[in-house]
Amino acid sequence: MSKRKITGFVMELFAIFLSLIVLSPFLLVLFNSAKKSADIVISPIALPNNWGQLLTNLSNVIHNQNFSYFKSFQSSLFITAVSLVFLTVLSSMSAWVLVRNKSRWSDVIFMVFVAAMVIPFQVVMLPLLSTFRGLSDFLGIRLLSSYTGIIIAYLGFGGSMSVFILHGFIKGIPRELEEAAWIDGCSPEGTFFRVVFPLLKPVQMTVLILNGIWIWNDYLLPSLMLGLNGRIKTLPVAVSSFVGSYVKQWDLILAAAFLAMIPIVILFLCAQKQIIQGLVEGAIK
Amino acid sequence: MVEEKKRKLISAFVLLSGILGVLYALYLDLFYRESPIRGALLGIGLLLILFGVYLYPVKKRQRIVNVLFLLPLLAAFFITVFIPFIFGIFYSFTNWNGIKFTKFVGFDNYIRMFQAPDYLYSLLITFIFTVLNMTTVNVMAFALALLCTSGAKGKNVYRASFFLPNLIGGIVLGYVWQFIFNKVFPSMVEGSLSMLTNPNLALFAILIVSTWQYAGYIMMIYVTGLQSVPRDILEAAGVDGAGRLKTLIYMKLPMIANTFTVCIFLTLVNSFKQFDLNFAITNGAPSRILGSKAIASTEFLALNIYNTAIAKNQYAIGQTKAVVFFVILAMVSLTQVYFSKKKEVEL
Repeated sequence: MSKRKITGFVMELFAIFLSLIVLSPFLLVLFNSAKKSADIVISPIALPNNWGQLLTNLSNVIHNQNFSYFKSFQSSLFITAVSLVFLTVLSSMSAWVLVRNKSRWSDVIFMVFVAAMVIPFQVVMLPLLSTFRGLSDFLGIRLLSSYTGIIIAYLGFGGSMSVFILHGFIKGIPRELEEAAWIDGCSPEGTFFRVVFPLLKPVQMTVLILNGIWIWNDYLLPSLMLGLNGRIKTLPVAVSSFVGSYVKQWDLILAAAFLAMIPIVILFLCAQKQIIQGLVEGAIK
Repeated sequence: MVEEKKRKLISAFVLLSGILGVLYALYLDLFYRESPIRGALLGIGLLLILFGVYLYPVKKRQRIVNVLFLLPLLAAFFITVFIPFIFGIFYSFTNWNGIKFTKFVGFDNYIRMFQAPDYLYSLLITFIFTVLNMTTVNVMAFALALLCTSGAKGKNVYRASFFLPNLIGGIVLGYVWQFIFNKVFPSMVEGSLSMLTNPNLALFAILIVSTWQYAGYIMMIYVTGLQSVPRDILEAAGVDGAGRLKTLIYMKLPMIANTFTVCIFLTLVNSFKQFDLNFAITNGAPSRILGSKAIASTEFLALNIYNTAIAKNQYAIGQTKAVVFFVILAMVSLTQVYFSKKKEVEL
């Protein structure tokens, strides 16, 4: 028994050691955000001797023109939130229609969605820009460097996988529930929103988390559609353009990185279980 | 009856005003009258038409609802994925410059692309990275999963800390690691240069970060797999005298074979598509002299496509590279489907 205890103890120590190694980059960010540039040169691994410098660095970065933290945070939040709401509602609606109306058409549409999951962003990104430019000119609705355009793009790119995940779940919901509502005189859209939609909550959680993390962290799509120095910037784009204009000023760059990470870290601490579960379930399906 | 007539009337009215709005917007558009309300008019007109269709009273309402439910997502999908995809394949056979094209060039782009040493190098380095990264991520992830399911006391804390890097975007993490490679590591080993100045070590650096970022995620998938192995079977094996190692090799591994397939293909595809870390850590640097040409030594395919089109402004070649990129990924996915179908038959 005691041999087992010792192995357990060693394992525990080893796990703690590993976690510290994995987390060390985050600690380095925290420490070096609280140093002056000169102190980083002296030793990047030493503890900061004056934590007050953290606030100075952060406020320098927050008020910086290239970064404008609050503005880019708001843009990121707005784009992510609106895309997620539309994505969840619209893909639930589509998946429900595709499951409940078996015909050649629904099969074709579903197959197109499934096939589209293989398409990497790189193969559509260049024509996407020209298509959106053409559409903007034709429709008179601004699609590039605008919220409308990027939200539509996230709907298009996130839609196929969301429909796929929801499709699998809706197939498992017994049809009798909807028939009962229908017999009671409920309209088709009422049946969906009052009966089916509330049942989808667990999968919608997966869809929300999977797409939310992706949209929040995405760099390539916003950098192309909004521009690196456009009027709208998401957080990753802002960090990148900040790094570009303050080459090697590591105290400021790390403070910017710190600010960009902190919202997700807080969210993760609050909803750890749901986030891990959502991302894992999304991968297995 | 009166109710229905009233509804029909309202529906017809809404429809008509919607159609008029759209027609007027199109008129402004076709005759090049720049008008600030054109876009809004078109949008409102389309919405009114949809609303009119929705209001129209018919016996088979299900049909109308079906179409209305599918339409918004399908429309977004068509303009962002479907049409650009078709155009993208088409453009790879032209001399497209990002805005317009003047002639068809047949397979010229493909031939030129495969003759360019920087592309061939990028292809090779991406394959090498993919194989290495797939191996390191899966080995690390599986080891961590075993550690996290072994009944350690703080396993939830460990899991969370291993998982955390995966949630932060590759761009931000890339810059942080650039700092670590350029400042922290050289300060720890006296007189050493940054890993990012050596072509081979720079690739290794990206591999470290990519494994660090991704292993925690794959670990959680393995954890889920390992936890799905029924307890009683393992206990039975224990009673029969099988040790830890034996239960792992003969009981757990075969039972989670499916999880392995999922994880291997997931890491394969994601390593192959690696862009963010590559862009933020090295952006292709340092250069390596091959023949008599300097070639970006750590430029993976996704970054190569981006730089060809955006930095060098060669849209047609960039698009052609992207099409080949897609074809390779599609083949990988088809292999995966084939493998999982085969497994299903065996079961």
